[in-house]
Amino acid sequence: MSEQFPALIIVVPLLGAFLTPIIGWRYRQLCRPWALMILAIPLCASCETLLEVVRTGPFSYNLGGWAPPWGIEYRVDYLSGLMLVLIAAIGLLAAFNAKPGITMDIRGKESQFYTLLLLQITGLLGIVITGDLFNVFVFLEISSLSGYGLIAHGEDGAPMATFNYIIIGTIGASFYLLGVGYLYMATGSLNIADLAAILPNLYHSKVILVGFAFFTTGVAIKMGLFPLHVWMPDAYTTAPGPVSTLIAPLMTKVAAYILIRIMFTLFQPEFSISVVPVATILGWMAVVAIIIGGIKALAQTDIKRMVTYIMIAEVGYIVMGISVMNRPGLTGAILHIVNDACMIFCLFLVIGAISYKGHGREIYHFQHLNKKMPFTMAAFVIVALSMCGIPPACGFFSKWYLIMGTIMAKQWIFSITLLGSSLVNGVLFFRIIEKAYLAPPEDGAHDHDPEEEDIVRDEAPASMLIPILITAAIIIILGPLSGKIIAAVIQHAVPAAF
Amino acid sequence: MLEYILAKYNFWIYVVLMMIGLYAMMGKRNLVKKLIGMNIFQTSIILFFVSIGVKKGGATVPIIMGDGHGHGQHLIQAADYLNPLPHVLMLTAIVVSIATTGVALATLILIYKRYHTLEEDEIMAIRKEASSYKTLG
Repeated sequence: MSEQFPALIIVVPLLGAFLTPIIGWRYRQLCRPWALMILAIPLCASCETLLEVVRTGPFSYNLGGWAPPWGIEYRVDYLSGLMLVLIAAIGLLAAFNAKPGITMDIRGKESQFYTLLLLQITGLLGIVITGDLFNVFVFLEISSLSGYGLIAHGEDGAPMATFNYIIIGTIGASFYLLGVGYLYMATGSLNIADLAAILPNLYHSKVILVGFAFFTTGVAIKMGLFPLHVWMPDAYTTAPGPVSTLIAPLMTKVAAYILIRIMFTLFQPEFSISVVPVATILGWMAVVAIIIGGIKALAQTDIKRMVTYIMIAEVGYIVMGISVMNRPGLTGAILHIVNDACMIFCLFLVIGAISYKGHGREIYHFQHLNKKMPFTMAAFVIVALSMCGIPPACGFFSKWYLIMGTIMAKQWIFSITLLGSSLVNGVLFFRIIEKAYLAPPEDGAHDHDPEEEDIVRDEAPASMLIPILITAAIIIILGPLSGKIIAAVIQHAVPAAF
Repeated sequence: MLEYILAKYNFWIYVVLMMIGLYAMMGKRNLVKKLIGMNIFQTSIILFFVSIGVKKGGATVPIIMGDGHGHGQHLIQAADYLNPLPHVLMLTAIVVSIATTGVALATLILIYKRYHTLEEDEIMAIRKEASSYKTLG
């Protein structure tokens, strides 16, 4: 049974997605328990696979019994095992959280929502688990297409934002496909492990260089790396609450995973250092992404839009960790993929809960929110501390490794940018925390609102509060545990050359 | 120069088509034209893939002739047949491209229902007006 887990991780949510509309046709309220049940299976299977990898090392699964260079191979190693658990866990929590958000934003479309959610999770899991370049493209498009469908249901600007996302996302995926074509032309193989063995002899071939360039550009578009981020703020801000909760933390991180795969598994690290100066270019793009993301986030008053700009800066962190090309840097990047997914997820959960309770998303709406929604705001404070890099929370540890990496590479500007960005995050979050916790009670005669006088506690419903508290707890627990995670998983995911 | 272009004409065709598609996606202000540009863009990549499976020297479609009882030709020369794998990959890519077009068209219907136009400039103007009303109260 357990040797079939890699296939089950993909097949169960895929088949579950096709059955969801049939179930939702007659019994709409059954969709949610069904989706939760379906999503619990990949979570258990991926936890078991990760443990298996930790115990015995990476293993692969030949789909349909066809041997690797010809057939499609599912390959689970340390990095993909970690990503599988992350995606499955966030998917399950997002599905659990979605119910109140659906009744508010997309009432009556439960079956559509859960179908697309399951397809989205299938696509993301598939990108991570597959060992075949073309298969990555197919799964990338499965997740993107379901993402387009989900985002289009949002508020006023959503269809327009979706259309722009479709156009730009298709360019990204097509560039990726062209990269696959160029590599296939030169090598005649699509299997990542097979290609990794063939490619070193061809590193100076122009075809390979062009293929690599297409790969990097395509993935950077999907990742929202500055200056290719233009689709991201609009799409994630206008998407319905439960949708941005699901897509925003995962899509960019999985694209970062593809970048790590291409740069360190498909190509040897020295290709990215010596043959083409891609690491340097990516590093400086990351610096600009962090600075622009921070400045743009400071300019926003809508907190959801602010978080999307923070995400652009966070993508910059991950790319910077990749670009310094040493062990602490890449360790930090992988750790930050996990931590940042949890932090962004928790932020969107909090935003979803706040807007469900009828409070606006502007910063001035946060006044006295700590009395109305104490638990939600407590989780918000934990994420804020983690974002600024205050030690017990997990954000500190990944940032520590990232900064160590930049110092080791002697890229002082990178280090200064990282430190400065933490300060910017501090300003961003503390202006909200100040508004919520430290705003003076209104005692003037004017502006006297009877509702404001004694503020009633009005917490989010349990189906929203439980994921928020779980994620906040995970953010705190991941911090002290990060040493263990690095020792057990991430240090093996970093290539041995470093 | 001309020989250089003619020797690799399949690449030139794909690059030219791709640039037409990119121009339409970036330069046109009508959303349907953008969508058509996207289709041209995707088609150019499909043509590129199909063309790399072709072999010179009389290679033909990869149908292995047998006697109907599972006993095919014993010596199969790979050089006699086109490479079918890029073509098979493109079947999937065509499906993906059709699905993308479908989602994009559905989104265009949503946009048209909301704004009654598909010109990007007009939509921008409508949205700007709406947001200025909102801030005025």
